[in-house]
Amino acid sequence: MSENAPLLEVEHLTMRFGGLTAIGDLSFTARRDEITAIIGPNGAGKTTVFNCLTGFYKPSSGRLTLHHPHGQDYLLERMDGFRIPRLAGVARTFQNIRLFAGMTVLENLVVAQHNKLMRASAFSIAGLMGLPRYRNAEAAAVDRARYWLDKVGLLSRADWLAGALPYGAQRRLEIARAMCIDPTLLCLDEPAAGLNPTESGELNQLLLSIRTEQKIGVLLIEHDMSVVMSVSDHIVVLDYGRKISDGTPQAVRNDPAVIRAYLGEEETDVLPPEVASDVGMTATSQGPR
Amino acid sequence: MAVAAASGRGRVDLPAIFRDAALAAVVALVLAVPLVGLQTTDQGSNALGIRTRFDWVAYGVIAVFLGRLAIGYWLALRGRRAAAGAASGALGRLSAAVSRHSMVIGGIGFLFAVTFPFMPFSSNYLVDLGTNVLIYVMLGWGLNVVVGLAGLLDLGYVAFYAVGAYSFALFAQWFHLSFWEALPISGALAASFGIILGFPVLRLRGDYLAIVTLGFGEIIRIILVNWSDVTGGPNGINGIPRPSFFGLPFLNPDAAPDDVTTFSQFFHLDFSPLQRVIFLYYVILILALVTNAFTLRLRKLPIGRAWEALREDEIACRALGLNPRNIKLSAFAIGAMIGGFAGSFFATRLGFISPESFTFLESAIVLAIVVLGGMGSQLGVVLAATVLVMLNEFGRWFDGVPLLEDMGKFRMLIFGMAMIAIMIWRPRGLLAHREPSLRLHAKGAPSLVGEPAE
Repeated sequence: MSENAPLLEVEHLTMRFGGLTAIGDLSFTARRDEITAIIGPNGAGKTTVFNCLTGFYKPSSGRLTLHHPHGQDYLLERMDGFRIPRLAGVARTFQNIRLFAGMTVLENLVVAQHNKLMRASAFSIAGLMGLPRYRNAEAAAVDRARYWLDKVGLLSRADWLAGALPYGAQRRLEIARAMCIDPTLLCLDEPAAGLNPTESGELNQLLLSIRTEQKIGVLLIEHDMSVVMSVSDHIVVLDYGRKISDGTPQAVRNDPAVIRAYLGEEETDVLPPEVASDVGMTATSQGPR
Repeated sequence: MAVAAASGRGRVDLPAIFRDAALAAVVALVLAVPLVGLQTTDQGSNALGIRTRFDWVAYGVIAVFLGRLAIGYWLALRGRRAAAGAASGALGRLSAAVSRHSMVIGGIGFLFAVTFPFMPFSSNYLVDLGTNVLIYVMLGWGLNVVVGLAGLLDLGYVAFYAVGAYSFALFAQWFHLSFWEALPISGALAASFGIILGFPVLRLRGDYLAIVTLGFGEIIRIILVNWSDVTGGPNGINGIPRPSFFGLPFLNPDAAPDDVTTFSQFFHLDFSPLQRVIFLYYVILILALVTNAFTLRLRKLPIGRAWEALREDEIACRALGLNPRNIKLSAFAIGAMIGGFAGSFFATRLGFISPESFTFLESAIVLAIVVLGGMGSQLGVVLAATVLVMLNEFGRWFDGVPLLEDMGKFRMLIFGMAMIAIMIWRPRGLLAHREPSLRLHAKGAPSLVGEPAE
C-alpha cells in the first residue's frame, strides 16, 4: 500500500472563524486505494476539514493539492465550490443527509451525472430535439445509476421518492449519489451515524468494496469506532483543530495522546512517554467525564 | 386558538370552545369597528362626515362568535385531525386520480380548446374570454418554471410580461416590425431581463428573493410610467399593429387600402370581426401549447432535473458539481422568455398598452394560479386560470342573482380564502402529483411508489 501515490495532500491547513481557530496547521496525506479516517472528539474540526476540501469554506491559509490520476494537479483551496467535484472529482456526503427528497431515488443519481448529460444534450438543444447522442447518454447515465442502486441494495425502490426511504437507505443512497459523479476522492461525513449494527456492518462492506473495486481514495469522518477500526487503512486524529496522531489503526489505538483526548485529561501538556501509560490508566479508572 | 378546541378525542371541552369563540369575537370587534362601524360620508363642499354603523358591527361579531362556536364544537366532536385528514385525503385521492388520467384529461381539454370557437354556443365574447384564460395559462406555465420547478419565489413576474409587451410595441412603432417578426426579439429581450434580474439575486433565497423580485417588478412599472419619451408614460402606446394571417390582415375590405388583400377577401368569406377574435384565440392557443410542450420537455432534460434539484437542496447541488448560478439564471431566463411572448401577444391583441396592465396585482394573480393549481403541475395551472378568469365574469353572467352576481367583486377575497384552504390541506397545491422524469421500473407498480412526505 505504501507505494500508492498520494491522492490528496493537505499542507498546513488553517481555518479561522474570527478569533476561533477551527483548524490549526493541519497536514496529512490521503492515498489512492486507501480509506483514511479522520476522527476526533466533537468540535475537533473534522467537518471543517471537509468543508475546506469541498470548497464550502475558503481556508485561511494552507494548501490542498489533489493529484488526479489522469495527471493533473488541482489546488482545491483556489477552486469554486462546484468545480471541485466537477474537475477534481471530490465527492462528499453530509452529516445531516442532503438528498433531493422530493425527487425519486433514480433521479437523485441521474442529477449527480448532470455535467456529463448537460454536455451530451448540448445545453438542452440536442436534448430538446431528442437526438440519439443525448438519448444514448441518458441511457448510459441510467445504467450507471442502476449499477450503484444494485450495489447499495435499492434497485427495487428506484422509483420511490428519496425522502420516503428509511434512514439507513437514505445514507446508502447518498453514498451511491456521490459515487455517480465518478469521483477520485470520496469524502464521507459520518456515514454510520444513526445506523443499527446490521446496517453499519453492511456499510463496512460497501466502503471496502468501493475502495478495492473503484480504485479511489476514501476520506471518512466517523464516531463509530467499530467502523473506523475495521475499514480504515490510515487514521488521522484531530483535537481542537490540531492533529494529535496519524498512523495505522493499531498505532493510533495505542497512542497516549489519543487516549487522553478521548477520555478527558485536565493536563493538556504533552507528557513524557514513560508516564503516558500511567495517565491512560488513571484516566480509565476515573472514567469519562 | 389552535389547540383550545380539541384537547381530547371525542371529549367536548365546552369552556375552551367558549373561550376560543369569545377570543375570535374580540378580534372581529377590533377589526370591525374601524372597517365596518365607521363610514365616511360626503357632506358636500369638501366636508367629510362620519356615519356610525354599530348595529352592523354587532351582527358581525355575533356571527363570528356563533360561527366559531359551531366550528369548535364540530371539530371537538370529530377530532381536529380526523376532520383535516378526511378533507386532505379526499382532495389527495382526487388529485391522484386526475394525475393518473392526466393524458386523457389533457387530451379532452386540448380537443375542447381547439374546437371551442366553432362550438354552437360560442360567441365573440366567449372566445375573447377563452383568449384571456389562455394568456393566464401561458403566464402560469412560464412562472411554473421559476417557482414550481426551480423553487425561486418570484413576485415580479409581470415585469417580463411588460418587457415583452413594450418591446413589441416599440419595435412596431420604430422599426415597423410585424407581430411575428417582433415575437422572437421580445422573447429574447425578456429573457435577458430575466438574467439581469437573476444576477443580483443569485445569493438570495426564499423571502429575500421574493422581496427583491417584487421590487424589480415595481422598478419596471415605474420606469414605464415615468420614461414618457419612450414609453408614452401613463398614456401608454397606441396603435400597435394587429397580427396578420401570413401577411393577410383582418380588416374590413371597405376600410382597407386598395393594394391590400384582406383575410376575408383572400378566402372569399364575408368579413366579420369575429374572424380576428378567433384568429387571436388560435394564436395564443398555439403559443400556449408550444410553451407547454417546451416546458414539459425541459423538465425531462438534465436542465429540468437540475432546476428541481436546486429547489430541493442547493448545497447538495454544489457538492455534486452543479453550478447553481447557471441553473438559476437559466430558470429565470426561460420563465422570463415565456412571459415576454405572452406580453407581446397581449400588446397585439389589445392594440394598446399602458403601465396599468402591469401592476403587482397581475404578478400576484399569476403566482396564485401557480400555487393554487399545484406547483409543477401543468393541468393545475389550466384549472386555476380558468376558475380565476371566470370568477371575474360572474357579475356579468349572474346579473340579478343575489349572491353570485357579487362574486366578481369579491374574487380576490374568494381567491384568498381558497389559497388559505389549499395551504392547510394541500400545501403543494391542488394537483401536486409529481410524475418522475425518469423511471427504472414500468409504471403501475403502486406498492413500490412512495408518497411525498408532507
